[in-house]
Amino acid sequence: MFQQLLTVWSDSAAISAAIWLVLLVTVLYLGRQQAHHLFSTTGRAVFTALRLASRSVLKLEHRLSQRNRDVLMALGRTASEKAIEREFTRVSTLVARDLAHYPSLHRTLADAIEKIEADYQASSLSAPLPPAWSDVVDTISALPKSADPALNKILDNIKDAIEDSHEETLKAFQKATLERHGHLAKMHPQWRTLKTTMGKVETTLDSLEERTCMIDGQMDRYESIRNNEDAAANSLLSSSLTQFLISGLVLIIATLGGLINFQLIALPMSEMVGGTATIGSMRMSDIAALVIILIEIAMGLFLLESLRITHLFPVIGSMDDRMRRRMIVVTLTLLTILATIEASLAYMRDLLALDRAALQQSLAGVGVVEAQFRWIPSIGQMVMGFILPFALAFVAIPLESFIHSLRSVLGMVVVGVLRTVAVALRLVGNLANHACKILAHLYDLIIMVPLGVERLIRHRSTAPDLSDASASAKTTTDTDDAPTAANKSKRSRSTKVEPVLTDTQEVTP
Amino acid sequence: MKLVTDSARLSRHIMTLLLITALLSTGLLAGCGESPIKSRAVYMLIDTSGTYTEQLDKAETIMNYLLATLDSGDSLALARIDSASFNEEDIIAKATFDIRPSTANDQKRLFQHHVQTFTSELVKGSAHTDITGGVLQAIDFLNETDADEKTILVFSDLEEDLPEGHVRDFPIDVAGIEVVALNVTKLTRDNIDPRDYENRLAAWQKRVMEGGGQWRVINDLERLDRLVAMN
Repeated sequence: MFQQLLTVWSDSAAISAAIWLVLLVTVLYLGRQQAHHLFSTTGRAVFTALRLASRSVLKLEHRLSQRNRDVLMALGRTASEKAIEREFTRVSTLVARDLAHYPSLHRTLADAIEKIEADYQASSLSAPLPPAWSDVVDTISALPKSADPALNKILDNIKDAIEDSHEETLKAFQKATLERHGHLAKMHPQWRTLKTTMGKVETTLDSLEERTCMIDGQMDRYESIRNNEDAAANSLLSSSLTQFLISGLVLIIATLGGLINFQLIALPMSEMVGGTATIGSMRMSDIAALVIILIEIAMGLFLLESLRITHLFPVIGSMDDRMRRRMIVVTLTLLTILATIEASLAYMRDLLALDRAALQQSLAGVGVVEAQFRWIPSIGQMVMGFILPFALAFVAIPLESFIHSLRSVLGMVVVGVLRTVAVALRLVGNLANHACKILAHLYDLIIMVPLGVERLIRHRSTAPDLSDASASAKTTTDTDDAPTAANKSKRSRSTKVEPVLTDTQEVTP
Repeated sequence: MKLVTDSARLSRHIMTLLLITALLSTGLLAGCGESPIKSRAVYMLIDTSGTYTEQLDKAETIMNYLLATLDSGDSLALARIDSASFNEEDIIAKATFDIRPSTANDQKRLFQHHVQTFTSELVKGSAHTDITGGVLQAIDFLNETDADEKTILVFSDLEEDLPEGHVRDFPIDVAGIEVVALNVTKLTRDNIDPRDYENRLAAWQKRVMEGGGQWRVINDLERLDRLVAMN
């Protein structure tokens, strides 16, 4: 077919091809304006359509970003409110626990102070000081000895009497001082009581102050969230991402634990439900093992929900305390039963493995060898079978974090995808527009010969106008400015002629 | 507040989705790449004529391998080829292994005991060799088991020597059954003209293929892993 077309004009393929080429170029030259219009319109249309689509996507992305931010802020606000509430509850508990006994504490303090005061009073009642008899004694002693023995005797008697009285008074004073010391010694325990009580009050107040600082911090955060500040949004997003990663990691660990658990009970399950029955491509025993593990996880979810550690099921969270306590008991009991079943299954697995190994040895003609310390892996498997269900029960905590943070992460991912789509649309639109322009130039490249001819003809037809223009320019310019004028005319010529030669859009066949 | 409620609702939806995904993925993980479990049935015929009585230890090794390979739900039978093999009395031991692994292990031990008793008590070989009769008996047994994969193992030199009056030159229906010739020893006359050996094998192959079955020969007993397709 192609060969026939090629030789339609002449037997020589080259001549025929040349004729075809001339025809093609002529046709293309004649349809140049329409073709250029087609390229231009198509390019603009694609560009406009894709720009519109890009704008729509960007608008959607903006709305989604706003929505994500609102959700994040709302969640952060709720979390912050809960945190503040929790802090207040702690303060309340602290006050109720430590300061509720403040009246009795006050009474203790008052009693201690009263006793101290009484002791102080008692210690201040000192015995009267000995009168100034020493002066009298000294005076009597200093009297000159009289010749009268009777007088001397009287004076000696007085002196003795005074000295006796002085000694008695001194003894009484010493006794009173001892009593005061006794009272002061009694004050020691009271002081100690006071010190201890005041220490307790100080600890309580310090703790309260600490809580107050934390509440202040939480309140600042809450205020920042309420004001819709960017810093708060960024902080919440970062926190959400961290939570997502950590909870994801813990969930992966839990999944691995679940797989180990599965391996532990899948084989002995075939002893219960048979090893040949299948549902689809799965053994019934595998399904049974899987169901047991999933029930354990579900029980764990319910248990933690009843304990109000997680909040995935509002129905459980809104139950009254009595019902909740019953639920705790029921789920914990079921979990323990399942853990016991798993422990026994793990033991059975060990027995089956032993039996199988013994059979293999017998079939291979080797005597059955009793392995030493075989009880260690047996006990290990049993303990693992018992502990793993309880460990899996705690998967509810990372699961809740994962689900809560997944909303933010998914939102962020979708925003990223939308942004990429918008950029891609814009890029494709621009590329299409430029591709159409390139096509127009390629079109001109194919028909460059007729275009060149046309340009020459146009150039010749416009040449006389140009010479006239230069002549008039010469007449109008001064002789002093001749070079400048010539330059200007050159410039004006070039600026006039160039568009005619280069602007292919304006050229018509 | 509405946003929080919406978010909580969304979280619950995500959780449901996650649970379903977890279930499905765990199911896929457990069943991924595994074809549905196929039950197998193996019937082994042991030639008890002539010098083959001296090779019973090899047959016992094969039986032990089969006992170790076959699992719960599979069937296994051992029968001898004697002068008239189309007979239930020639079945030495047969068992369909229980779905419980422990019971299946007990059955295997019992089977092994039967095989050991048979090999130790067999002293004198049979006068004739009725391979076709044994194959027919095997077909009956295998079809009754309704297993997905059926195999007949023929531990013989494939030289049929029928008693007077026995008719066996008719087509056999072995559709869906793989017949494996094991340890096909060369006879003295095969050494004189090896084409006899080839012709004997070709005749049996033709007979099996025409009956709708598959044919294989395994002489190297070190390659027992090729014997029965593993699940």
